[in-house]
Amino acid sequence: MSGNGAILTVDALRLLRGTREVLRGVSLSVRRGELVALMGLSGGGKTTVLRSVAALEPFDAGTIDVDGVVLRAGPLPPRIVAKELRKRVGMVFQLHYLFEHLTVLQNVVLAPVHVAHVALADAQKRAMELLEALGVAHRVNALPRELSGGEAQRVAIARAMAMEPPLLLMDEPTASLDPARRGELGETLVELTKGGRTLVVTTHDDDFARAFANRVVILADGEVVEEGDARAVLSNPQHPATRRLLQAPAS
Amino acid sequence: MSRSLAVLLAIFAALAARADDAVLRWGGDAEGGAPFVEADPGDPSKLRGFDVEVANEIAKGLGKRPEFVQVAFQEIDQSVQRGDFEIGMSGVEDTPARRRELSATIPYFEFHEVLTVRDADRNRFRTLADLRGHRVGTLTGTIAYERLLAAQAKEGVVLVAYDDDVHPYSDVHEGRLDAVLLDNIIAARAMRRTPGLYTQSAPVATGHYIGVLAKSNTALRDRVNEVLRARMRDGTLERIYRKWGIWDDYQPAFFAGVGAAAPTREEAAPTVDKTKIALAYIPALLKASVITIVLSCAAMALAIFVGVMIASGRVYGNALVRAVLTAYVEVVRGTPVLLQLFVLYYGLSAVIRLPAFVAALLGLGLNYAAYESEIYRGALEAVGRGQLEAARTLGLTEMQVLRLVRGPQAFRLALPPMTNDFVALLKDSSLVSVITVIELTKQTQIFAANIGSWVIPGVLCAALYLAMSLPLSRLAGVLETRWRAATE
Repeated sequence: MSGNGAILTVDALRLLRGTREVLRGVSLSVRRGELVALMGLSGGGKTTVLRSVAALEPFDAGTIDVDGVVLRAGPLPPRIVAKELRKRVGMVFQLHYLFEHLTVLQNVVLAPVHVAHVALADAQKRAMELLEALGVAHRVNALPRELSGGEAQRVAIARAMAMEPPLLLMDEPTASLDPARRGELGETLVELTKGGRTLVVTTHDDDFARAFANRVVILADGEVVEEGDARAVLSNPQHPATRRLLQAPAS
Repeated sequence: MSRSLAVLLAIFAALAARADDAVLRWGGDAEGGAPFVEADPGDPSKLRGFDVEVANEIAKGLGKRPEFVQVAFQEIDQSVQRGDFEIGMSGVEDTPARRRELSATIPYFEFHEVLTVRDADRNRFRTLADLRGHRVGTLTGTIAYERLLAAQAKEGVVLVAYDDDVHPYSDVHEGRLDAVLLDNIIAARAMRRTPGLYTQSAPVATGHYIGVLAKSNTALRDRVNEVLRARMRDGTLERIYRKWGIWDDYQPAFFAGVGAAAPTREEAAPTVDKTKIALAYIPALLKASVITIVLSCAAMALAIFVGVMIASGRVYGNALVRAVLTAYVEVVRGTPVLLQLFVLYYGLSAVIRLPAFVAALLGLGLNYAAYESEIYRGALEAVGRGQLEAARTLGLTEMQVLRLVRGPQAFRLALPPMTNDFVALLKDSSLVSVITVIELTKQTQIFAANIGSWVIPGVLCAALYLAMSLPLSRLAGVLETRWRAATE
C-alpha cells in the first residue's frame, strides 16, 4: 500500500468503543519528509488515530501501513511486528509521560541503551547533542517534576528522537505551550523535517498549522472531512466542520 | 462517670475477694499431660494426674476446695508471684532461682534426668560424653536444659531447645536428634508413645518437684509443708504415685529424708547479684539477636523475591496462573503463621526433614511473601498507564517495561508498607522458638526464668529489638524522602 513515497498509509480505519464508533473509516496518507497537522475538534478521533498507528490501541477494521509494517484489525500486533513498528514510529504524548523516577538524561538514554544496545557513553553523548539542539541541555540532571511544561515537552521529543524513528507522532504539542513558545516549537519541528524526519502532529491551533504544516487533515466525528495544503484548506474551508474548528478559540 | 468507676471498683473488689479462705487456687499446665496434669479422656472438663491428686490432698489438708488455674509451664513462676493463684505445681523443679525468688514448698517427688536414645544407639550413646558433636534436645526452663547448657561446653553436645516435651522424642525417632535429656517420668511416657526408643537407666542428674508460692506467702507455704509431710508419712503420696506408676526405688529414701526433717526448714536464700547474672547472659542475648536479625533479613529477602513473583504473576499471568496465586495468597494470609511453622517442621517431617533454621526461614518468608505480594500488586497497578505506554512506544519489551519503569516506580510506592512489614517480621520471628530455633525473645524467656525476674531481661531484650528496628525505619525514611522528591 505504501506507494508514491508514502511512509504512512491509513486505510479505512474503524474503531469502536463499546457501541460508539470512534473512527468510521479514516483513510490518510503521509509522504516522507512531510509535516502533517491532524486537526479537528476534541472528540473527533485525532488522538485515537495516532494511538492506533503507534499500536497502543487495537482497531476493528482497516489497515495501517508504516513503511512496510502492516497493522491489521484485531488484537494488538505480536511482539515481532511491534518490534519492527517501534523502529519506525516514535511518539510524543500530550502529557509527555517522562519516566518519573529518572532524570532527564536517564529518560533520553533508556531506550538507546536497553533497546538499541548502544554503549551508555555513546548514548549519553548523543542525548546531550539532542538536548542541546532542543535547548534543554542545562536540565540534564533535573527530574521530570522539576521541569516546566515546555521543557518537559522538549525532553519528550529528545527521548523519542534518540531512537531515530523516521516517523514521529506528536499528540497536541501546542496544548501545553503559550503562543510565543508555539513558534519556537514549530521551528524545531520544521528543522526535524529538514533532517528527513516525517511528523504527524495533532493540534487545534490553526495558526500553528498554517505557519508550519505542509498539509492538514481535518477529522470530524471519526471521519476525514477535508484535506490538502495547509494554507489553502484553512484559508478557504469547504466543510462545515472545518469552519466550526476555525471559529473555536485556539486554546 | 464516677458511678461507673465505683461499679468497676466494686467488681475489682469482688474479684480480689476470690483470693480467699474457702478456695485453694493452684496453677499448672494441662498441656504437660499425664501423669502430671491432663484432661480426663472420659470427661475432658475434669483433670487428672498425680499433681492433681497431690494438689487435692493439699487443699483437703488445708480445709479448702481446690480450683485449677491453667497457666503455661514456663510462666508458672511469674504467674504465682503476681497472684493468679496461691500455689503452682505441675512438675515444677526445685532450683536455686526458684528458692531465691519464690516461697518453695518441700520437695514432694524425686525424679532423675535420663537420656533417651534410639534403640539402635543404646550401646553407642550411654552418657552425655558419648554424645559429643551430637544433637541433644530438651525442654527449656528445666534443670535438664541447664545441664545441657553446661554439657555444650563440657561434653561438646549440641543443645536443641523445645517448648514442649513431646516433639523432642518424635525428633529422636525421626533422626533429627540423637538423644533427649528429660525427667524419667516424661521419658517413660514417651517410650510408651513412641516405638523404637531406649532410655538409659543411669541418671544424669537428680531433681525434685516442688510447689511454689509467692515470695511473701511463707505462712501458707509452711502449712502446705505440714500437709505434705503428713501425707508422706501416712502413705497417701505413695498410694497416689503407685496409682500413676511413678513410684520407684528412689522414693522411700527420699521420703525418709524430707518427711523427717524439722517442720521449719529455712532455705537460707543466698543473695545473688542480679546485675552480675545479667551481664553473664549478655553474650547469649547478643548471639540470639544475631539469629533474629539474620533470620529476619533472610526471610524478608525471600518474602520480597517470592512476593515480586506472585505480584507479577497476578498482574501479568493468564487466568490459571492468577487463580493459583490468588489461592496461595488467601490460604497463607488466612491461616496462622504458627500453624504454618508447625506444618513445615513437624507435619512434613515424614516427607522432608528440614533443619529448624531452614523451616523457620521458609515459614516466615513464604508467609510474608503473601503480604508482600499484595503490596506489590497494588503498587504495580498504581503506576500510571501513560508511563507504560511511553516505555512501549520506545520499543521496550513488556519484561523491560516491568524491570526498568513499572517495577522501580512501584517499589517506591511499596516502600513504606514494606518497612512496616519488615519491622513486624522482626518481631514475628520470635514465633520460631516453637520449632526449636532460639532467637532473642526465647533467649530472654530462658534468661528471665533463670534469674526469676523479667525486669532486666525485658529491658535488654526491648533495647536489642529497638536497636534492630530503628535503623531500619530510619533507612526507609531516608529513601522515602529521596524518592518522594522524585515522584511527586
